[in-house]
Amino acid sequence: MHEYSLMMALMERVAEEAAARRAIAVHRVRVCIGELSGVEPDLLESAFAIVRAGTLCEGAALEIERVAARWACSGCRRPMDAGERLQCAACGAPAALAAGDEILLGQIELEVP
Amino acid sequence: MCETCGCGDPHMVSVEIRERILSVNDRDAAHNREHFAAHGVLAINLMGSPGSGKTAMLEATARAFAGRFRVAAIAGDLATDRDAERLRSAGIPARAITTGSACHLDAAMVHHALHHASLQDARLLFIENVGNLVCPAVYDLGQAFNVVALAVTEGEDKPLKYPVMFRKADLVLVTKTDLLPHLDVRAEAIDEALGRVMPRPDLIHVSARNGDGLQRWFAWLEAQIGARGGPVPGHPASGHRHD
Repeated sequence: MHEYSLMMALMERVAEEAAARRAIAVHRVRVCIGELSGVEPDLLESAFAIVRAGTLCEGAALEIERVAARWACSGCRRPMDAGERLQCAACGAPAALAAGDEILLGQIELEVP
Repeated sequence: MCETCGCGDPHMVSVEIRERILSVNDRDAAHNREHFAAHGVLAINLMGSPGSGKTAMLEATARAFAGRFRVAAIAGDLATDRDAERLRSAGIPARAITTGSACHLDAAMVHHALHHASLQDARLLFIENVGNLVCPAVYDLGQAFNVVALAVTEGEDKPLKYPVMFRKADLVLVTKTDLLPHLDVRAEAIDEALGRVMPRPDLIHVSARNGDGLQRWFAWLEAQIGARGGPVPGHPASGHRHD
């Protein structure tokens, strides 16, 4: 389960940002997780519940935006569906992932003095 | 004032970050790439399920290239250094990374091992990842290529069940093909499934046991090695030290 180590990396980044702004609490953490990122949002939430104890994130809400996978032909840009062969039926070019591999820390809300 | 909802609370600030959560790993991976470039070594991240034949492929590769150029390896294993031992017996200088309970290698672990591994004169470095079709796909190690070993014994639908891993693969070695006559598995069905999860389905069917397909794999490696230059003297990453 790599979600735990991802969450540790996320917490470090949030702590760094909070310290730079002398925040006294973190109220919200927004992340974007793509369907094909290899990250399971539910496991990320479980990891957050564990690692936030005793940190500035103790009372924070974790909001996970799930991003659906979107494929398109890299040649003619025709949209392609997951489950199809990932080579364009029209021009033969390989598909390119247009969205869905995000593992992003989007935004945080901090309480400052 | 709160910029998100306009609630007017003077003590709330909203900070846009829009950064990959793995940005630290990405940086470490870029650093490893500099090491590989400095040594003129082709680094391959070899992934696959436990028992998919990763170590057997490396043993066969080491035997084939023995006396022609040096192959080195870093092997990730949860609890033992058995894989590294097997590789050393096959003539590959190998360094074990025992990950404990970690299910994947990350760029920092590889970097640490690099400083203990001898890449001198090596043209090819295999990073044999922890046997797992999920987590290793998420971490960039600085490799030039991801190669995934998929044994025919794993069944026809493995690629569809683990699309993240196969999407990241530059090449899939469909291994243990000598077992096909004993299985209710069709090699074409595996290829078909890979075509649904890999935009560029580059596949080689191999058997380390009877040698089928191995020449194609060796030729693929040689082509990639040939496409890269040798070591770069005076490269910033040559012989640098870390605290």
